[in-house]
Amino acid sequence: MAKLTSYAAPLRGLLVLGAVALAFGPWLFGGVTQIFLTQFFCMLVLALMWNLLAGYADIVTLGQHGFVGVGAYALYGFTALGGVNPFVAVLLAGLVAFLVAIPTMALVFRLRAVYLAVGTWVVAEALMLTAGKLPGLGQGSGASLPVAVARMLGATPSARFASIYWLAFALALAAFLTTYLLLRSRIGLGLTAMRDNEEAAGAMGVDLRRARILCFLLTAPFLGVAGAVITLQKLRVSPMSSFSVNEWTVFVIFNVVIGGIGSLEGPILGTLLFFVLRDHLADLGPWHLIVLGALSIATMLLEPRGLWGLARRALNFDLIPVSRAPSREFAARFQGGPTPQGEREISAHPAE
Amino acid sequence: MNLVEIRRLSKSFGGLSVINGLDLQLGENEILGVIGPNGAGKTTLFNLISGVHAPSEGSIFYRGVDIGRAQAWDRCRLGIGRTFQVPRPYARMSVYENVLVAAVHGGGLSSRAARKEAEQALDLTGLARRYAEPAGQLTLLDLKRLELCRALAIRPRLLLLDEIAGGLTDAESLALLDIVRQVHRRGAAIIWIEHVLHALRRLASRLVVLHGGGLLADGDPEAVLADPRVKAVYLGE
Repeated sequence: MAKLTSYAAPLRGLLVLGAVALAFGPWLFGGVTQIFLTQFFCMLVLALMWNLLAGYADIVTLGQHGFVGVGAYALYGFTALGGVNPFVAVLLAGLVAFLVAIPTMALVFRLRAVYLAVGTWVVAEALMLTAGKLPGLGQGSGASLPVAVARMLGATPSARFASIYWLAFALALAAFLTTYLLLRSRIGLGLTAMRDNEEAAGAMGVDLRRARILCFLLTAPFLGVAGAVITLQKLRVSPMSSFSVNEWTVFVIFNVVIGGIGSLEGPILGTLLFFVLRDHLADLGPWHLIVLGALSIATMLLEPRGLWGLARRALNFDLIPVSRAPSREFAARFQGGPTPQGEREISAHPAE
Repeated sequence: MNLVEIRRLSKSFGGLSVINGLDLQLGENEILGVIGPNGAGKTTLFNLISGVHAPSEGSIFYRGVDIGRAQAWDRCRLGIGRTFQVPRPYARMSVYENVLVAAVHGGGLSSRAARKEAEQALDLTGLARRYAEPAGQLTLLDLKRLELCRALAIRPRLLLLDEIAGGLTDAESLALLDIVRQVHRRGAAIIWIEHVLHALRRLASRLVVLHGGGLLADGDPEAVLADPRVKAVYLGE
């Protein structure tokens, strides 16, 4: 039982191998699978970002769809109206989301806890309503991307699928690596302490305000780019679907909660499960959402740390290691057993 | 110059006044014991000094600077370390990482120096052997040690101990006492809230009694404890 840790290296190897294989997706998979995986990558990005905000920085946002929608409309504006190359427009969409995040933050950071959650939602809905009023962007009923924009992604449909696939893959990889490196940094150490006990983190010198600002401004461009990639795949923007609270916020929360909030593995596991369930329960129609909802409520009640929390207890190691270890010399003193040599035991009866 | 100079400090929550015009000084390297009945404002006083709450009125000077409005993390970085009455570990992080957070963020040390500082603090508090365990799995004694250990890792000039011996057996609290003594020797002033009087008596050079958010007595521990007013309020005699 205790030897499960010996699986750590092979499992991590498998994970890396899987990621490398996905990089060659367009050569390995057919069109349908590529579309499926593109959606998976985009949802994974949203899950990683919501996890960083709600799981670590205590910013339980219900307005993630706001930045996704801003990215979608920015892409439409740059490509359809501005004639910008879609590959460039995807990045510009991230920049626009970042710029929108600054005043949003100034507004919602005045609120805490449940008020902040509602505040982010209100801002997202306001952004949706604004998008529906913008001239030249289809207003309430939305607009389709011109064929010429789609052609810039590739001459044939399969080339276009591949382009969008790679964009989504690169985005997911960047989101993962950014989150991973952040959590391994000094700031990440503070964020992890915030996750576990915010007041104690502040009392030990963790700058809670700076950490929150950093996380909020870091996630916005990723959400915007995700919105842009989603739009390239759908070839269409509309207020209701580009700013869909269900798809880009509620499902994402389900995924993160089921997978395991406050871990790096959780959002990945949760998003995987979401797509597996969606695929297998599609025939059930709306029932698949009821199953998903019931599953996330059961998780909150029975295992608040999610599926990964459950697996972590059995495995006793992190699949994606972000924790820190002391120096080798220090650790070496304790490898002999529970009462090793050289340990300074404090006396229960100290000399007066 | 005093290390801490509290002037006319007041704190109320809504209509409830918890600290009322308190004046208190602490010298460099002094160990000040704080006692008082429940609701006397002891923990609120710590929350005001450490930055959990902002004062309603009055000021808190630390090394000559008014820190009354500074954020908790900024005060920590100035060298004010604290423990919590009810331990607040970072439950999912290892014991070592708990201490590292304090050394990196509170101590402002480089990664290498922080690691060394954390290892030394673990050794000093007798937690070294438990370094890899998730902090949420520790016993009460070890959680209290961890509270102390984290506060040490910021290299405090001022250490606020909130009932560090509460809930422990005599032998256990004596063990912690030994650690506190060593921390004091390293050059920290200590303010120590404690109900376990024999622990305080061993270390405190001065004792204050809080009552109704104000100072009832201040002075030599034995003289304070012999004061009839203190006996009436605190010891119920």
